[in-house]
Amino acid sequence: MLREAFAAMAANRMRAALTMLGMVIGVAAVILMLAIGRGVEDSVSRSIASMGSNLFIVLSGSAAQGGLRMGSGNAPTLTLDDAAAIAGLPGVLAAAPTLPGSAQVVYGSANWGTQVNGTTPEYLDVSSWGVADGAVFDDSDVRGATRVAMLGQTVVDNLFGAEDPVGRTIRIKNAPFVVVGVMSRRGQSLDGRDQDDTVLVPVTTAQRKLFGAQFQGMVRFITVKADSEAAMPGVEDGINALLQERHRIRDGADPDFTVRNMTAIAETAAQATRMMALLLGAIASISLVVGGIGIMNIMLVSVTERTREIGIRMAIGAARAHILWQFLLESIVLSLFGCLIGVALGVAGAYVVSHTTEITTIVSAGSIALGFSVAGGIGVFFGFYPARKASRLQPIEALRFQ
Amino acid sequence: MSATPVIECRRVAKDYVTDAGTAHVLQGIDLTVLPGEFVAIMGPSGSGKSTLMNILGCLDVPTSGQYLLAGADVGTLAEPALAHLRNQTIGFVFQGFNLLGRATLEDNVGLPLVYARVGAAERRARARAVLAKVGLAGYERSFPGKISGGQQQRVAIARALVTAPALVLADEPTGNLDTHTSAEIMELFAALNRDGMTLVVVTHEPDVAAWAGRLVQLRDGMVQYDGPVPAQFRKAS
Repeated sequence: MLREAFAAMAANRMRAALTMLGMVIGVAAVILMLAIGRGVEDSVSRSIASMGSNLFIVLSGSAAQGGLRMGSGNAPTLTLDDAAAIAGLPGVLAAAPTLPGSAQVVYGSANWGTQVNGTTPEYLDVSSWGVADGAVFDDSDVRGATRVAMLGQTVVDNLFGAEDPVGRTIRIKNAPFVVVGVMSRRGQSLDGRDQDDTVLVPVTTAQRKLFGAQFQGMVRFITVKADSEAAMPGVEDGINALLQERHRIRDGADPDFTVRNMTAIAETAAQATRMMALLLGAIASISLVVGGIGIMNIMLVSVTERTREIGIRMAIGAARAHILWQFLLESIVLSLFGCLIGVALGVAGAYVVSHTTEITTIVSAGSIALGFSVAGGIGVFFGFYPARKASRLQPIEALRFQ
Repeated sequence: MSATPVIECRRVAKDYVTDAGTAHVLQGIDLTVLPGEFVAIMGPSGSGKSTLMNILGCLDVPTSGQYLLAGADVGTLAEPALAHLRNQTIGFVFQGFNLLGRATLEDNVGLPLVYARVGAAERRARARAVLAKVGLAGYERSFPGKISGGQQQRVAIARALVTAPALVLADEPTGNLDTHTSAEIMELFAALNRDGMTLVVVTHEPDVAAWAGRLVQLRDGMVQYDGPVPAQFRKAS
């Protein structure tokens, strides 16, 4: 029976090839789209893991000057004392106040414009960031507002090249700072920013000697890490209650701060990419269905063309089931062959995409198995109607057919 | 005669319902064919000989009456059983040869054995044996389009014989052949009959009927004559 299916295909090579083309394109598209979707999903989840988990960011509120509202983080409302109070809340692992700014950093003849964050040693714990070389400045540096700095890898690359930066003196806004340590390499953030392009200095140093502060102890935001995912809702409520009390905000009034759940944002991003991957796959599978309809079309033509043959076969003893299987096998063979070529094409396409573009692709065994089972299913589904039509022919009429 | 008749028709009738009303194509045919007989069925167009042929070949079932094929009541059988009967008990030879163009001669001849679930090696051996019997040894790997009409009809006869059926039915077997080739084909049939094969041939040519041992003439769906082939038929050939 199987040999007959191949013989029927061989008898009409061009037609068989064109029929398969629909399946080939459909399967290749599904494999490629799923591979791209999986690749994007993978890189997003890697970014999320690098960002650290169970994070909140407390931003100071919007400043308003004569009806002009300046946006979050502009009102000078958060202080170092707020951060200390938050750190004391139950369920909070650590809280790192941060005063960010930009500055030109100079070492010898090299200079580099980068972000300089005034913060505390907790900052590295909160953002799950390791130390590659040297050490973190400590609380006494924060208390004393000493001129020490930690560098991100990108800053090291741009200022020092291969030289060891620990112990060297750099200049930030023309003031000398001793490099005490280097952070480990971290890569891109979710939005594509280079997280290694940064310098950390004690928050007090930033306040008093680099950027100035509108009042004693002002910071722009506080990064808070909760003990566990389960503790997050309690921590969020705790921060809100604590700051409302500390900032004397009456019930119902607009608070002068915002608490953002970073994990939720990351999860939203992950979900969005998953949806995108699914959407790509769904669009690709439409072409698979179109390929299946192509097979059905050709099988119907083939049944009509071979009506007489069917009549002969019935006259010499083929039961209806034989005829049904003959045509069903033919369409299954067609679609599986198309699928085989499609898988090869899809895998090759994924390889080409990941080697010529920024997009990484991951071809999973699951998507290949999916492609094969869907193709087989389509062969059966779209082959069944023509095959049944063939098997229902009356032998006398089929024999009379010219 | 105690042998089971190969064909036994009792009051076989066939009606066709058309838009113009019911057409009584066969109106109660009684026909018995014993093993080893060579029967020619004749009749003008519309006499019902094609319909009778279809019923005898189990391609169609009678509206009423009983048809026993080698003792089995065809009317009580379902489709798969009819297919099996066509495969095992009957060999068909058609006017238009009806070979599969893209299969070799031995594959064409072996095709009925596919449906009888015979293995490939045995299929080929049996196909080659019957091809040799009809005088086509050496042509096993040829294709139907490459041989003459007479040779194609020999292949069709070989295909009819390959399952060793109880009955060979031939519908106008010489209709597409010239006189000389026709005689050769009929000689082959006669030789098969001498070996004991039961043959029923539908024809409208007296010279073809002349080869048979018995003549059945139909008119308007009824048997008009059933007896020995008249002498004037033989004179014509």
